[in-house]
Amino acid sequence: MSPQTPAPQKQQSFEYVLRLGDNCLILSQRLGEWCGHGPELEEDMALTNIALDLNGQAQNWLEYAAELDDQKRTPDMLAFQRDAGEFRNCLLVEHPNQDFAYTMARQFYFDTWHNLMLNELLDSSDQRIREISEKSLKEARYHLRHSSGWVIRLGDGTDESRRRMQAAIDDLWPYTGELYTADQLDAAILAEPFEPGLSQLKTAWLTGVQSVLTEATLQIPNSEWMQTGGKQGVHTEALGYLLAEMQFLPRAYPQAQW
Amino acid sequence: MVTGMQTNLPSVKEVWNWLDAVADPEVPVVSIVDLGMVRNVRWIEEDGDQTLVVTITPTYSGCPATAVIKEDIRQALQQRGLSRFQIETRLSPAWTTDWMTERGRHRLLEYGIAPPEPREQGSAKPVPCPRCGSADTRLVSQFGSTPCKAFYICNSCLEPFDHFKCH
Repeated sequence: MSPQTPAPQKQQSFEYVLRLGDNCLILSQRLGEWCGHGPELEEDMALTNIALDLNGQAQNWLEYAAELDDQKRTPDMLAFQRDAGEFRNCLLVEHPNQDFAYTMARQFYFDTWHNLMLNELLDSSDQRIREISEKSLKEARYHLRHSSGWVIRLGDGTDESRRRMQAAIDDLWPYTGELYTADQLDAAILAEPFEPGLSQLKTAWLTGVQSVLTEATLQIPNSEWMQTGGKQGVHTEALGYLLAEMQFLPRAYPQAQW
Repeated sequence: MVTGMQTNLPSVKEVWNWLDAVADPEVPVVSIVDLGMVRNVRWIEEDGDQTLVVTITPTYSGCPATAVIKEDIRQALQQRGLSRFQIETRLSPAWTTDWMTERGRHRLLEYGIAPPEPREQGSAKPVPCPRCGSADTRLVSQFGSTPCKAFYICNSCLEPFDHFKCH
């Protein structure tokens, strides 16, 4: 970051980049929990491959966040030494895996947003954000193809698979509003270059989700009420348990070297 | 003929040749140059000394091979007596399989991995089996044994194979 950048702007960028990085990091950790438990070998590999992509993306974002951090924390410190209240991921990605249908519904909601958002960020005034988005977007496309495919296959599948996919789609719905509803920080970071994109994000997300759910012969949830808080650090109970596992080693052995 | 430190410095072309001997740790038949990961090699002057800068671009964000590749480059340069060098990572423009050399594609095919098709061609054409050449193949999983590969099966010879994804 150039030294002439005013401090508040830098702090806002830091917070915003944390959001992007934390989404990837937490979802990656969740998907990693499937390792060795996938419903079939190919799926086990797919889930962990996606986890790996997201982990790499998280690394790119957190490296940049570390450069913007006033407290001069390293990327590892950001990942392993922050407590739940300091994480800025949206609530959706910390939601437990539950069953394969929930994992795919969560992934599908996220991937739809991720593709749209990264595409918007290609026009960011911040070069680093543009570069990381460009790289991430190529991977996010595979992820969306994969998760959409499963939503369709399970939704338009047997009675049992359809019932479970619909339950997952319904239950996770209230966690999706946070993805496309801009708070003050989103607006401050994205307002100028992105104004049109930002207000269209909700419509674009709904259109994308709707078309896949229709093909999957699933009902589109119509509840308007949405959970909020993740982006501001107010998380569900689930995040604490996830961090306890993810951060155990560096917290127990702070001097551990790879 | 040795006339002093400066003239001992290898040319950029020589360094490219050295890097071409650095194998991809996951697919050792192709070099990092074949893969198009090496984007630039140049000499810069730093504090009056010549420093070599090697610019690489990662294939996939989370590919664990990237760290190994950096280490392998470091070793390759050190073994040839270079001590002043930097390895920098560049994300943009994002790596694409279109940067893979013809030789790299050929080597993949010989190794039993279906090489990536040009991006503009898209996924319209079937991926031919690297073993029997049949076009009658099917995708088993978009995600294979490494981030860069998808998993296929040939309907003609029934052999499974990897396809280096067009990216």
